[in-house]
Amino acid sequence: MRIIVCIKQVPDTTDVKINPETGTLIRDGVPSIINPFDENAIEAAVQLVEEHGGEVIGLCMGPPQAEQSLREAVAMGVNRAVLLCDRALAGGDTLATSYSLAQAISRIGDFDLIFCGKQAFDGDTGQVGPGLAEHLGIPQITYAIEIEEVTDKEIQVRRLLADGFEVVRATLPCLITAIKQLNEPRMPGLKNRIKAKKAEIELWTCESVSAQESRCGLDGSPTNVIKTFTPTRQVEGEIIAGETAEEKAGTLIDKLRDAQVL
Amino acid sequence: MDFAFTEDQQELFEYVKEFCDEKLKPFADETDRAHEYPWDKVALMREMDLFGIPIAEQYGGMELGFLEWAVIGELVSAGCTTTGAVYGAHMLAEYPIMYFGTEEQKEKYLTPLATGESIGAFGLTEPMAGSDAGSVRMTAIRDGDEYVLNGTKIFITNGGDAEIYIIIANARPDRGMRGVTAFIVEKGMEGFEFGKDEEKMAFKSLSNRELIFNDCRVPAENLLHKEGRGFQVTMETLRVGRIGMAIGAVGLAQVAYEAAVEYSLTREQFGERIANFQMIQYHLANMATELEAGRLLTYRAAWLKDQGLEFEKEAAMAKVKTSEVCGYVTSKAVQIHGGYGYCCDYPVERYMREAKLFEIVEGTSEIQRLVIANQLLKEARK
Repeated sequence: MRIIVCIKQVPDTTDVKINPETGTLIRDGVPSIINPFDENAIEAAVQLVEEHGGEVIGLCMGPPQAEQSLREAVAMGVNRAVLLCDRALAGGDTLATSYSLAQAISRIGDFDLIFCGKQAFDGDTGQVGPGLAEHLGIPQITYAIEIEEVTDKEIQVRRLLADGFEVVRATLPCLITAIKQLNEPRMPGLKNRIKAKKAEIELWTCESVSAQESRCGLDGSPTNVIKTFTPTRQVEGEIIAGETAEEKAGTLIDKLRDAQVL
Repeated sequence: MDFAFTEDQQELFEYVKEFCDEKLKPFADETDRAHEYPWDKVALMREMDLFGIPIAEQYGGMELGFLEWAVIGELVSAGCTTTGAVYGAHMLAEYPIMYFGTEEQKEKYLTPLATGESIGAFGLTEPMAGSDAGSVRMTAIRDGDEYVLNGTKIFITNGGDAEIYIIIANARPDRGMRGVTAFIVEKGMEGFEFGKDEEKMAFKSLSNRELIFNDCRVPAENLLHKEGRGFQVTMETLRVGRIGMAIGAVGLAQVAYEAAVEYSLTREQFGERIANFQMIQYHLANMATELEAGRLLTYRAAWLKDQGLEFEKEAAMAKVKTSEVCGYVTSKAVQIHGGYGYCCDYPVERYMREAKLFEIVEGTSEIQRLVIANQLLKEARK
């Protein structure tokens, strides 16, 4: 099997702070990690290749330092690592990003599966995986909780929905997005980490994947983030005082009537 | 003099700590209460490549130093003392093969130990011989291309669960200490069986078994070093073993200290956190200071070993200091927890019981002081 895993490097959200004046993330000194859902995607891909043979290709779009995340992916068992890195890609929305990744995947050539995390911890859109499948014209199965069966031609996946499960079968090639419950990502051993430090990371640009710059990055993004902010609490809560539960309930009903809720 | 770790070491230790915090620490109590050898933790350690830290790459190791081995052992012990004890005892089989083994012995036995495919054990102690290593009664009489082993070993850590054993026996009982010889023995060899697994006051899941040899025939190529040099093998191994015990003690003292700090910052009495009371601060300051002193002695002993310098005295100092610090720190951790500390719902009572091990095994504190005194008087007489 030939499996592509899309990986995003994100700031470690446990440490993230927002600058209240500019409303942007303070990234200085914040360590970068692999987007946690992408770790599930990597684990799923590596497990499939361990079982069926083949190779896993890690693809990451990001700045030069995103190379570190690809090395971690290699330590987890990814065989080949590609970093799509170009200034023209900066500031892309989900449309531009999925277009750019689709171009890179076209250069990779034939594949059986693409794994993505269900969404990135920083942007939280969950649109790049599905967008990528649309650009490539292949089926997609999102929110995968279990890979039930894989044959040379088809895959059967259990999806987690808001109110239950759904089992879906699709023909290959297919794109799958992983959720946390899909698996437990491995901690690579020390030997694999050392090997990963020396691994070759292929650097690709817009030109090398024949991506039109007008469709990439900020220029290729029809949506723009105007402002990011932490919502301020406008309404203060009130604790109703009273001797008995009946008295408190009475006060509550009066207040709800005053507010014309009842 | 440079007390800083290199960037590579720092990164390595942070990663191993992450492993210990995530995969060992949350299950430490469970591991102890299981009364079963922690094979699941051994498997995780193997996947992390933690069993061959100072062993050459050609034998499947990481080819790092004993300092790295020591710091990682401390982290493992802090995460799970039982797994830490397995890690320490394992080295007692690896090190003598690494130091004295032939090329063939290294390939055959060191490689599976370094990768963690096999667990190792060191069999010295007998009912009538422990610290007095020269007086082992177990015999190994040469018969053609084999040695015939007869006798019993006791308290052997990893015993029964390990696949590869270093066994100290006497090949020439008439020569006394000069007949003492070391052998590599495999689990499953005919005439090699396991007896009682000791029920102990702590480390309930760690095996400490009797090894029983009844006309066990071991091929002559499994002789380690030379006939009559078993005492040398033992002494060399125990020097490293003392560092191994010291790291276990430092790791255990560290978690006990952390538990005490955390508790003192949450427990409230007289309307404030007990950490605000000078009496508690006095204990915490002493615990932290003693812990740091023990840690530095230990790191230095390991560093001396890596530099190829003499470390006999320093390893004994590290062992005696850290084991006593561990007893002190764990006892104070219980004290700071008050009544809760005495209850089994909190881990500190287990820490206190576990700590006693370190003052006894691989040379009691009394023996360590003899080693230190012998060494310093030898230096003074020069």
